[in-house]
Order: sequence, then C-alpha cells, then structure tokens
Amino acid sequence: MHKLWQQKKKEAEAHKTNQRGSPARIRLQKELGELETTPDLEVVATDLMHFSLIYRPQEGHYHGGEFRFKFDISESYPHEAPKVLCKQTIFHPNIDPEGHICLNILREEWNPVLNIQAVIFGLQLLFLEPNKDDPLNKDAAEMMAKDRQEFIRTVRSSMRGRSIGGIHYSNVLVAPESSYGSY
Amino acid sequence: MSPTAAVEPTTTAALSSPQVPCIAGVDRYLKLRAAHVESFELADESGKTPQDLLDEAKILVIGAGGLGCEILKNLVMSGFKHIDVIDMDTIDISNLNRQFLFRKRDVGRPKAEVAAEFLRRRAPDVNITAHYKRIQDMSEEFYLGFTLIVCGLDSIDARRWINAFIYSLAEQHGFEGFKPIVDGGTEGFKGNVRVILPMQNACFECGLDLFSPKTTYPICTIANTPRLPEHCIEWASVLEWPRVFPDKKLDGDDPDHINWLVDQATARAAQFSISGITYSLTQGVVKNIIPAIASTNAIIAAVCTNEALKLVTSCNPYLDNYMFYSGDDGVYSHTFPYAQNESCMVCGHKRKSMAVAPDMALEELIELLKEDPSLQLKSPSLTVDSTNLYFQRPKALEERTRPNLEKKIGDLFASGSTLTVTDPVLPTSLQVTVVFA
Repeated sequence: MHKLWQQKKKEAEAHKTNQRGSPARIRLQKELGELETTPDLEVVATDLMHFSLIYRPQEGHYHGGEFRFKFDISESYPHEAPKVLCKQTIFHPNIDPEGHICLNILREEWNPVLNIQAVIFGLQLLFLEPNKDDPLNKDAAEMMAKDRQEFIRTVRSSMRGRSIGGIHYSNVLVAPESSYGSY
Repeated sequence: MSPTAAVEPTTTAALSSPQVPCIAGVDRYLKLRAAHVESFELADESGKTPQDLLDEAKILVIGAGGLGCEILKNLVMSGFKHIDVIDMDTIDISNLNRQFLFRKRDVGRPKAEVAAEFLRRRAPDVNITAHYKRIQDMSEEFYLGFTLIVCGLDSIDARRWINAFIYSLAEQHGFEGFKPIVDGGTEGFKGNVRVILPMQNACFECGLDLFSPKTTYPICTIANTPRLPEHCIEWASVLEWPRVFPDKKLDGDDPDHINWLVDQATARAAQFSISGITYSLTQGVVKNIIPAIASTNAIIAAVCTNEALKLVTSCNPYLDNYMFYSGDDGVYSHTFPYAQNESCMVCGHKRKSMAVAPDMALEELIELLKEDPSLQLKSPSLTVDSTNLYFQRPKALEERTRPNLEKKIGDLFASGSTLTVTDPVLPTSLQVTVVFA
C-alpha cells in the first residue's frame, strides 16, 4: 500500500515537471526563435536565459572589429531589463573598460514592451554613432569631442590590442585591417 | 499548530471565554451581520446557505506582511473558519510599525507562524495553519486543497509565479483546479485589488505592463556626474561591489553588506559635495523599497477580504475585475474590467493535443503542426520542459538543435508531454500535448 502511494506520488511529481515553462522563458523562446539578425550579428545561445551576442560593425569607427556581449536574463523578464555586459576591454565613450554599457533602454528607459531585438539595435547604434554627451568612459568622450581624428586613431589602435593610458585593450580585429580598406 | 477541537465550537461562545479580550467587538459584529445580511440564511440549489459555504471554505493567504496581517485579521473577523498562511520571511524590527500581529519579542521568527499563533489566541475556533515556506516549494496537491487564494504580496516575481501556477492548475484539472485569486497590492499611497478567475478573465500577467519597472539611473550619471545621494549608492552597489567582490552576491538584508555600501557611497558623496547618505536610504535603494503606508494596506486588505467573502458565499456580486485606489491626493478609487491581453504569456496561448506514434521523427511532427489549417504556422520553434527541441533562429541555436529533427520523438520526450511552440503568427505560444498512440 505504501509502495503504491509512493508510486502515485512519483507520477504526480513527473506530471509536475511537465508544466510549461515560465512566462519569461516562453517569451524568450518566442523572441529568440524569431530574431531578425543581419549577417553582422550572431547570437550564440544554448540557454535562452544566458547567451552571447557577437557583433561585427560593417561601418563606422569600429568597423573591422568583433565585439562580444553577454546577456543574462532573469525570471523577472520582461519586468526587469536584460543584463548586458561587453566581454572585452574596449575604448568607447559609452562602454567602460569593465564592460558596463551606458544605454538608456538597458536601465532607466527599460519598458516591458521592449525586447531583445530592441536592445541589439541599441548596441549596434552605439557602435555606429558613439554618444559623447553620455559618457561612461570620460576620457574617450572628451577626446571624441575635442579631436575627432585622434579619437579615431585611438579607437583603431585600441582595437589592435594596444595599451593606452595604462589600460590594456582587447584585440578585437577579425581580420588584418588592410582588408577593410581606407582607415 | 493544534486544531481547536476541544474548544466550544460556536463562535460567540468560544470568543466569549474570559481569557480572550476584544469579545465585545466580535459579538457586536456578528449580531450586526445577522441583522444586515438576511440572505445568509438562504440555501442555494445545493442546499447550502452562505453561512455553510463560509464555514467550509478553505482559504490560502499568501504573504503575512503588511497586507497579509490585515487580510488574516479581516478573514478571521469575517467568520472564515479554515485559513492557511504561507510566508517565507522572518520578522524584521522595521515591520512592527504596521504588521500588527507581531511584537518586538517576535523579531527573527517566521511571519506565518507568529501570525497564526496570534490569531489562534484571539479566535480559538478558527483553524489556522502556518507554512514557513516558499510558495514554489508547495505541491500541486497543497494548492488543490483550497477554495480560494488571497495574495498580499509585494514581489512581482512571486505574483507572476502564483498566477502562472494557478492558471496551469485550472488548465490541467478543470473545475477541481479552479482557484480564484484575490490579489492585493500596495505601493505607498496607491493600491489595487483584482479578482482573477483563471481562464475566465484577465490574469496577473495580462497587466504586467502596468507596473513601472524599478527606478534606475543612467549608468553614465552614476559613473561620472552624480547629483543625488541615490546616484552614489548605486555607484557603490552597481559598480563598486562587483568590482571589489566579484564572486560575492550583494545581499540587501545583510547589515555588513549595507554598511560597506554606506561607507563607499559616503566617501563618493563627499567628493561631489552631495549629502544625505544614510543606512536606511542605502538599503531602500538597494532593495528598491517603497515606504509602506499602513492605511493603504488596511483599505486594500479590506477590499480583498470583502471580495473573498463574496466569492465564497455568493452573497453579492464580486469585483469585475480590477479596483484601483489612490490616496496620493485626496481619496480616489476606480473599478473597471481589465481586458484579457491576447499576447499574455500565461493565458494568451492556444492549446492543442495530438496522438502520434512515438517513432515519428521530430521533423514530421513539425510538418504535421504546420499543416493544421487552423494554426497557419510559418516557422515554429519548439521546447519541452525548458529543453530546446528545435529553434528556427538564431543560426547557432538552429544548428545545435537541427540533429533533433531526425530523432524519434519517443526518444526526445515522454508520452503526455506538453510542448511549447512559438511562431511569428502566434501572439504568444501554442501548448501541444503529445500522447503516443
């Protein structure tokens, strides 16, 4: 009798795990399964809640680089924004050497109607048009405002993995720079 | 937690025993009720009077905090006889100003247990069971045992969880699993109550957009141009803590952690000539605390209890389905039927069941789904129990799940499993229960 009871309990347990995923997970399944990605983007995901994004800007100062981001999404999504960090040390007015990103929709302007796609667009925009008025890396922003040419040179040099101002930047180049033409 | 079988069962008599104070109030209340609610004597088609229904109802109260204490007290005073209360928290000294079932000597003890003890002392004829547990730790059978659930929670995560769980109970067990939820929430001078009838009206998730996300500040402001004490506290908690303690998670309830933040934030505030960093502000910012107002809790809890009473006894029509209260500027309240959200991740999905052979390949199953003319799926992605079966996108995930297409479904999941299918044409998901024929 006791055995039978245990058996029933086990069956019930098995049934319980059979429940569908959490609302956050279902939403991510939908978002990722329908993500519009262009050839310059690659999403590397095995776990829907924790994945990487690789972005290779096709124009702008960061052209030729390959930038990696880590997305961490909690069960509170979409009430809470995804947590996104840049995994490399890069020279960028809106990204600090630790990888924190100053993007309004990742923090103060996050809203549950936004989604992963919107965050990816936001990141792309940051690389195409770095914003000197919202600096996270103050030195980079000041340089960008004062001397555009020096800023571009510093960006290119940091992308090759040089040390600038005591900070060792990651080499983010995907191919020899010459193949990217006129810089 | 002993039941009160030895005590004289009639309410008035039990409460009139000399050890129990406050009798006069209860006695007068019961007489008033008898005078005003004559319909309490009328039986429905099942032969039960509202009084019978009230006596039999088993109520689960989730949360024994600010709202929970009020709700519990109100339920007991309204004549409910079987109440369970669940709360995973212990009593903090800062709770005592409004969580009136607790005393200073109770600090550190489980809220659910202390609340139950208090109520048992005041109303010995009521069966109160305390659960010092997380709602996620209770079994399906536990939840199936209740007539109705009243939530007095402050965490959106917990409310989303219970909403999705109770919804799935109704979906799987039909009428047996149908548990109305009366959900109360307060934030400062504002509050709301909603009556959620699973699968019948808007659920909690339908209105998730109503909640403003937690206050955050631009990270560039925190890092470079702080103007407020909050900016300095966020600098310490968001930027400094992970840098200094990369492997330690910040705990907003650990005084050592908060003190460390206070020191860091104070030093930074001094640099930028900002004042106003205190321990309580720091903890408030870290834990996103909005000061609780006792009167808001009292009003919202009263509405919750009233709705519970109406739902259980059918003595009057219940709330349809959302009530909003604001005491910010005068007293304002508004009631309206909140519409179901067709793209709700909990109640907006479609359902389908299929009986197929276990040796069918996953690819064939997907083709079968796509052939269903009522669905018109274009490019479905499938998961089961959080395991990725097949994803159309992104590329890396498609490549990784592609080998599953050739596998037999019997090797991928068990008979009776429910697959979650998403597709661009579906506002949310399709839940497909697959039984092996």
